[in-house]
Amino acid sequence: MFKTVIRRAGKCAAVAAAGLMMMSAQAAEPIKIGSFLSVTGPASFLGDPELKTLEMYVEKINEEGGVLGRQLELIHYDDVGNASSARNFASRLIRSDQVDIIVGGSTTGATMAAVPLVEQAQVPFISLAGAVVITNPVKKWVFKTPQTDRMAAERILADMKDRGITKFGLISGTGGFGSSGRTQTLEVAEQMGMEVVADETYSGSDTDMTAQLTNIRNTNGVEAVLNFGFGQGPAIVTRNYAQLGMELPFYQSHGVASDSFLELAGSSAEGLRLPASPLLVPDSLPNDDPQKEVVQNYKAEYEARWDSKVSTFGAYAYDGLMLAVRAMEEAGSTDPEAVRNALENIKGYVGVTGVFNMSPEDHNGLDPESFRILEVQNGEWKLID
Amino acid sequence: MLAEFLQYLFTGITIGATYALIALGFTLIYNASHVINFAQGEFLMIGGMATVSLTAMGVPMILAVVLAVILAGILGVALQRFAIAPAKQADVVTLIIITIGASIFIRGIAQVVWGKEYHVMQNFSTDQPIQVFGAVLNSQSLWVLGIGAILVVGLVLFFTKTLIGKAILATSMNKEAARLVGIRTQMVLMLAFMVSALLGSVAGIVVAPITFTSYDIGIILGLKGFVAAAIGGLGSGVGAVVGGLSLGIVEAMAAGYISSDYKDAVAFSMILLVLFFMPRGLFGAKVVERV
Repeated sequence: MFKTVIRRAGKCAAVAAAGLMMMSAQAAEPIKIGSFLSVTGPASFLGDPELKTLEMYVEKINEEGGVLGRQLELIHYDDVGNASSARNFASRLIRSDQVDIIVGGSTTGATMAAVPLVEQAQVPFISLAGAVVITNPVKKWVFKTPQTDRMAAERILADMKDRGITKFGLISGTGGFGSSGRTQTLEVAEQMGMEVVADETYSGSDTDMTAQLTNIRNTNGVEAVLNFGFGQGPAIVTRNYAQLGMELPFYQSHGVASDSFLELAGSSAEGLRLPASPLLVPDSLPNDDPQKEVVQNYKAEYEARWDSKVSTFGAYAYDGLMLAVRAMEEAGSTDPEAVRNALENIKGYVGVTGVFNMSPEDHNGLDPESFRILEVQNGEWKLID
Repeated sequence: MLAEFLQYLFTGITIGATYALIALGFTLIYNASHVINFAQGEFLMIGGMATVSLTAMGVPMILAVVLAVILAGILGVALQRFAIAPAKQADVVTLIIITIGASIFIRGIAQVVWGKEYHVMQNFSTDQPIQVFGAVLNSQSLWVLGIGAILVVGLVLFFTKTLIGKAILATSMNKEAARLVGIRTQMVLMLAFMVSALLGSVAGIVVAPITFTSYDIGIILGLKGFVAAAIGGLGSGVGAVVGGLSLGIVEAMAAGYISSDYKDAVAFSMILLVLFFMPRGLFGAKVVERV
């Protein structure tokens, strides 16, 4: 009995001492920003620009004096697009690196694998992945910067409606992005009173989608075609679409909103429309657009530093990092609870992706209008709406 | 109705021809060494990527193609010399694992050198598709089929008419006996890897305008090629061609007539069926147990 009391007291003292040491060390210690990204592997086109963006802006913020008078330290791991290693790295970030906030998770799979861990450990987590499941239902510690695929579907279908289209064919990839996009499109179509008359899929490794497109073309009443997917698949769909001589209005998702897609699809992409970040058309934005300056600066700084084309995916990381910094500044500390509360109450943050208005019900904070509808004209993006 | 069928058929034959060319590469090395070379897909990738990057540097297309094929050939020889040969008398299984390692290594280098993006290659001739009874045929498909046919005929002649070809065949039948009659089996193995690399790279180049190319294109196509080779019966040239074409056509027909969701399932069920009833594949050699 007596022994256990002593043992407990000893434990308490040890914990208290450790706590004190940590407190005194904290003032000089940098703020740790943890990240796990798909820098290599199949989703590297997401993770690579995201990491470059984080590295570059952490450096820049540190040169300008850091946050709350402390330097930032970026601790990052490469999950290779693999959900189980994402989970391992998230656990390492929380347990052994003891980061103050996590900004990462390139894919929905990687993000969702880490969600239970951050919820349990109570660490603020800003995800860079798209699917609607990440913030709906709202999870206390999880936020995200990209628009959801549901918003993309809403934006595309609204544009179709404006053109008088009510029946369309859908072709989607079977990967996480494509299948989630498909589900959302079907739901949104029903809500908006539109009809999906053909519903085809292709797998990420397919090299020819002519058969699926032929089926859509032969379906009665098709007025437009929407392709939801990312990677090289949509570029092949676009080429096959042109080869088949299909002339219905053609839509792609935000998953391929990049210049490299234009390169791959070539002249076949002429006339297609998609929802995209304003980052693709920084100079066509009207002067009174609040995002114009942010977008132009990010593009210029990224391209000057890395000598490669800026991508929308890197912008998600930019917004994630800036939101984290802003939340810590508003909280005045790196206390997880305070930072989380500050994040949840951020209003009117003008980012590259859109204007964020967070709330306890909305941990994404963007509206569908943050997507711009672009059309490919003469091999270039043209702002339509 | 006919137009639909033709469309699926064209799609299937084009992809199938690619699978067939890759399957032939597997067959060649399997014949010479009983090794399944899982780096076969990488030869494909080297062909496509080297051509794209050379043309981007301003080298004329034809020269770029020739250089890319030569590069792949050198790589094939190097693979045999530096990865397979040092393992000497190792098990076939060990050698197969070595080829998997080599393929990861080659892919890693390619990723560093050429980056991770997908690249486009221009069609060899016009971008304008050809109309046949209401179906459309990509002009590049004709190139794939034509060059595929030439390669197959060339291989048949190589194996039946040339001394080197016969030496490879002899080695595949009985390595010890071949060595006794003075065939340098190590040399033959090296040749088999080289020819297989050349074949793979040519396949990679002709399909690149259709599939695009990237550092990891070899994984997908290589695996499908292996499946085609297994259906046809590993080691049979005719089997590789038939296996490749039928796999491509079944995939396209399944996507068109059944559902694109079940496309791969149908293809894989076909493999299961074939291998269940004919464990050596459609044209596999009959194995006689020697006692």
